[in-house]
Amino acid sequence: MRTRTLALFLSAAVMSTALCGCGGQGTAGTGSDGANTSQTGGEPPANELTVGIAQDLGDSLDPFTMTAAGTREILFNVYEGLYKPDASGDFIPALAEDCAISEDALTYTFTLRDGVQFHNGTAMDAEDVVYSFNTCAATSVDSSLSAALADLVSADVVDERTVAVTLAAPNSDFLAYVSSVYVVPDDYDGQTTAPVGTGPFRFVSRSVQENVILERFDRYWGEAAKVDKVTCKIYEDGNALMTALNGGAVDLVCHLTTSQVQGLGEQYQVLEGTMNLVQALYLNNAAAPFDDVRVRQALCYAVDVDAVLDLTADGHGTKLGSSMYPAFTKYFDDSLTDLYPHDPEKARALLAEAGYPDGFSMTITVPSNYTPHVDTALVLAEQLAAVGIQAQVVEVEWNTWLTDVYQGRNFETTVVGFDAANLTANALLQRWTSGAGKNMISFQSSEYDALLEQANAITDDGDRTSLFRQAERVLAEEAANVYIQDLADMVVINKSLTGFQFYPLYVLDLSQIAWTA
Amino acid sequence: MKKRLSGRAAGPTNWFLYLGAAITLVMAALTVLGCFWTPYDPGAMDSLSKALPPCPAHWMGTDNFGRDIFSRALQGMGATLFISLCVVAISGAAGTAIGAVTGYFGGWGDEILMRICDAITAFPSILLALVILAILGPGKWNVIGVLGILFIPSFARVARGEFARCRTLNYVKSARLMGAGPWRIMVRHILPNTAPVLLPAVSIGFNNAVLAEASMSFLGIGVGPADASLGRMLSDGQSYLLRGLPWYALCVGGTIVLLILGFSLLGEGLQRRKPAF
Amino acid sequence: MKYLIKKLCTLIITLFILSLLAFSAFSIIGDPAASMLGTNATPEQVAQLRHELGFDRPLLVQYGDWLSGFLRGDMGTSYSYSLPVSGMVLEKLPTTFVLTLMALALNVAAAIPLGIAAARYAGGLFDRVVTVLNQVIMSIPPFFTGILLTCLFGLVFRLFTPGAFVSYAENPWGFLGYLFFPALSIAAPRTAMTVKLLRSSILEQLGQDYIRTAYSRGSSRTMALWGHALRNALIPVITFTAVSVAEMVAGSIVVEQVFSVPGIGRLLLASISSRDFPVVQAIVVILALWVAAVNLLADVLYQYADPRIRLS
Repeated sequence: MRTRTLALFLSAAVMSTALCGCGGQGTAGTGSDGANTSQTGGEPPANELTVGIAQDLGDSLDPFTMTAAGTREILFNVYEGLYKPDASGDFIPALAEDCAISEDALTYTFTLRDGVQFHNGTAMDAEDVVYSFNTCAATSVDSSLSAALADLVSADVVDERTVAVTLAAPNSDFLAYVSSVYVVPDDYDGQTTAPVGTGPFRFVSRSVQENVILERFDRYWGEAAKVDKVTCKIYEDGNALMTALNGGAVDLVCHLTTSQVQGLGEQYQVLEGTMNLVQALYLNNAAAPFDDVRVRQALCYAVDVDAVLDLTADGHGTKLGSSMYPAFTKYFDDSLTDLYPHDPEKARALLAEAGYPDGFSMTITVPSNYTPHVDTALVLAEQLAAVGIQAQVVEVEWNTWLTDVYQGRNFETTVVGFDAANLTANALLQRWTSGAGKNMISFQSSEYDALLEQANAITDDGDRTSLFRQAERVLAEEAANVYIQDLADMVVINKSLTGFQFYPLYVLDLSQIAWTA
Repeated sequence: MKKRLSGRAAGPTNWFLYLGAAITLVMAALTVLGCFWTPYDPGAMDSLSKALPPCPAHWMGTDNFGRDIFSRALQGMGATLFISLCVVAISGAAGTAIGAVTGYFGGWGDEILMRICDAITAFPSILLALVILAILGPGKWNVIGVLGILFIPSFARVARGEFARCRTLNYVKSARLMGAGPWRIMVRHILPNTAPVLLPAVSIGFNNAVLAEASMSFLGIGVGPADASLGRMLSDGQSYLLRGLPWYALCVGGTIVLLILGFSLLGEGLQRRKPAF
Repeated sequence: MKYLIKKLCTLIITLFILSLLAFSAFSIIGDPAASMLGTNATPEQVAQLRHELGFDRPLLVQYGDWLSGFLRGDMGTSYSYSLPVSGMVLEKLPTTFVLTLMALALNVAAAIPLGIAAARYAGGLFDRVVTVLNQVIMSIPPFFTGILLTCLFGLVFRLFTPGAFVSYAENPWGFLGYLFFPALSIAAPRTAMTVKLLRSSILEQLGQDYIRTAYSRGSSRTMALWGHALRNALIPVITFTAVSVAEMVAGSIVVEQVFSVPGIGRLLLASISSRDFPVVQAIVVILALWVAAVNLLADVLYQYADPRIRLS
């Protein structure tokens, strides 16, 4: 009898410890969430914003050497140039009040805005601007930007509020490049880890793989940001990001796929834009059999882009026909998207003509960390099988992709998306000129090279545009790549938030976002 | 029936053995079936039947490409079992050989090999596998190679213990007196007697191999998307789970659990069968 | 003493093999220069960065460099974050440490009473239920347990908000609360194994001669269990628990991924894929040291629990 009581006591003790542990911890967890994040109720406890981001700011935070699109996207709120892009793709004066361009289009005279302060409290002057131009020209890892700045003869201080920039040759895109030259203080050297700029938000802290914290900059020269503090929470794993969304731990997440935004909680609304990427099956034009234009065209006919969109994104996304996405309204040529309708018969015929009546085997190399690209590759492999091409999808890490595929050019085909570093046609098209170091697919076309060279030599906007459009057509007709789509960019945002804007660039403007309640 | 004092004593029916064998046999039969026939082409996509719940046409439902999950699970089980089989074959053979030699002969060779085994086991094997797979890149054969090598110490240790113990037993001594060479003694005399100890080790090894492969594929460093293994499918299924579509992860996770459960029951049963030393 | 020296030698060999392995891994798969510059850089820029970071030097020179730095306590600077590695690792270490410790606490708190109770009533209903549950729980991989727990307690019962991790500096109680379910996922399979081991270990002790002697002196079964058998039965459990800690550290890497806990495991995975070699190297060595320390501790406890070793 005694033993039985003891055993009962024992097991009861075990149970109650377990239950206490459970209940106690659980309550503590829920309590803390309410205090820390603005969720469920819709009304924030403080004027704060929690943004979920899928990529850590895992590179240098220096304005000129930062590389990751995810880093540029967030630091857009911290750094500013003399001009900055707005949501419609125009360049508006930012740190400069005005810009006078000389008759020969070689000298740009910027009048600086008065009373602009850096986040560290020092005032911005002409010296800082000149320093920024020179540092950017020397260190930028964006080769189209550094190429543009290579034409820079000099950047000079005229007086405290005036800077004159002289070019060696006219460049009609110069203001676009100016917007990428972020202005930083000339006496601060901690940019790689603690950025200091002039933007509406100042950088507070970052915790590796956890968060990046920004705070409203109260002495901002322009319209102040609406929220006091932004916490960018990092969820590098797609599933973790989904879990956080389902639990209501974040207020805003960009760059989601259509399948990810299904079945979300009531507190969210979904906005749809485009990613501003050229997603394609990029073909190594230097490797057999892709050195044969008929094979490349056959691939284009074999691929059913509508079905790709249906299978990967429920039909969302914008079809593309060349290396240009629709946010560039001026340059985008809609007619190219139907150049190669889905036609397996024609694909087979072209393959037979090229000497592959039974098809061939190929590999599609995809960076494993980009789910949309992996998904697209899987669907493409299925579609190519229908015309006798055995495509094997090989996932590689991003770094391996960069080393082997991008720089080593050691691949057959690959699915990725290229974005534009700035709002110029060159940012997307220069890449495919014969001698370009970034011409990963080794595309060779003297016609294409000539068109681009011509376009960059003239300043008349209409003529330039038509030359760029012709160049796009060459890419499409030569079937340089199998162009697929500009991915749908689904944004999930708390219903009580307003002011979110889609940009034609890969940036997230936090300054206009506000709580309505 | 009176309470038994010792749980080790085999009861009238060794349920562990029978149940484990039954589960393992069924899973193996399904896997073999999956090699020759699946209800649907595991790779076939269909935009009209995306993300369906389980129904008579699709026993486990379909994924976001409209692929039949049951067909893919059959195929995935094949990939997982193939990898585990190879891993156990490699590590079992090499481990037993190493353990036999070091256990029988002893000496400084034994000391060095056991220190190396200690060094390997001192570190969680999945961490080691991570670092090594980072060298080789993901892929089926790389996973097999890495796990095959990492599992050697566990077999070597068991085999060494047995061979060292048997070396001094009378039947070995008499064989030696009759002029049998050391290799003959090891292979013909001792090896068959180590079966009661080695068999459970094999089943535990299988168990661990399935678990390790699933974990690595779950982390995305295992096999590629072409040969979908169960771990990879589970990682895919996790995102559905959160969207209120739980069948994918539950079916695939359940399959992994059944596979491991079968082996672990089998191992338990085999251990219970062996007489106490 | 001889034993300690042997252990230390094993540890040094382990660390050397591991660090060399990790090091050569990176020389084979390539350095991070390419991903540090992204898709808009030219090959010339990449070559220049490679030179600046010293990747064009012979491998042994690079390794020697790292080793001498590490021995002086300098773990280097992260390639991708440009932050000192020691700071980054120290920031993440407490999270994983607490997670593992919590799992260990759950493991011990649940396994010892359950194991004793199962042994005490061996063959009874409670024992059978425990035995069956053990087999099932042992067969569920920690990451699947994690998925199930997230689903059940996070999304259905809403006991915690998945993804709403708070750091220990910000809110210690919220931090502990968030780590409870990850710890449970890691602890579950090891607990089942510990229960099984403790049960059979106690039963084995109860069958020994000295227990029979105790019975003959009039001890009840309960007194025999608590007074004599338990202490000896715990000895193999201590060794096993040390192994469990190593396994739990490994388990935390997977489970951190499931629950998006920013611990050392996530840092390791991310650093491997971004080729952030100094970080990987530091983590590998620290984890090895950690596991070794636990094993040493277990040896000390072992000697304490087993007087035979102490007396001799």
